[in-house]
Amino acid sequence: MKTPASSIGLVLLASFIGSFGAVFLKAGAGKLNQGLRYLVLNSRLAIGVALFVGSSYFFVLGVRHGELSVLYPMVSLGYVWTMLWSRLVFQESLTRHKCLGVLLILLGIGLIGLGGR
Amino acid sequence: MSQATASSTEAAARMARRRRSIAMVFGCTILGAVGQILIKLGANTLTHTTSPVAMLTTPSLFIGYVFYGLMTVLFVFALRHEELSILYPIISLTYVWVAGLSTVFFGESLGWLRTLGIVAIVLGVAVLGKDGRK
Repeated sequence: MKTPASSIGLVLLASFIGSFGAVFLKAGAGKLNQGLRYLVLNSRLAIGVALFVGSSYFFVLGVRHGELSVLYPMVSLGYVWTMLWSRLVFQESLTRHKCLGVLLILLGIGLIGLGGR
Repeated sequence: MSQATASSTEAAARMARRRRSIAMVFGCTILGAVGQILIKLGANTLTHTTSPVAMLTTPSLFIGYVFYGLMTVLFVFALRHEELSILYPIISLTYVWVAGLSTVFFGESLGWLRTLGIVAIVLGVAVLGKDGRK
């Protein structure tokens, strides 16, 4: 196997952490209309950015070994997590479009996983 | 100038802004893909370390993330004149460029499973984006 399972795991972990970053950015963005200084003094935005930095760390660990054409598309699992958190945290509606999109992404990740062996 | 001429001039200007936004997002996909190749080039030199300091001091890795930063800024500017539902599907082209560049720079071979997988992901992201709001 040219792309180790551990690399795939690290990239998927990075996508999981990064999706929480988006949740905190969204939660922080809701406060921005109270004035631009909240861009700096906003703990939710700060946590969001920190989660993205942490996510990048695991992504880099993941791509140290293995093939980029396998590992990079795995990042798209982040869309699936984000969809889930949007539903659970922000009560956004799950439309048919969103479900179809998520299914196609999962299918794609599955195919690439098989193709990476 | 008559009112009709004024409104058609306004419409033409809006179309031009939208076209520029779409061109900017194409630029984002190129920046993102090149950034990704630079990150991989840097990561390839870090096989024996997990140190964040080593990562930050690896030039190509650092420059790769600078590209990501530029891409984000360009994307925010593009969003001002075009809807997310139009721009998002274009962003998913990044997956295509990264796959293509991986074959050129790292000698990876895609095979039909990977190609099909990338097509499914690009379609999936495009379908998701269709539901997006500005």
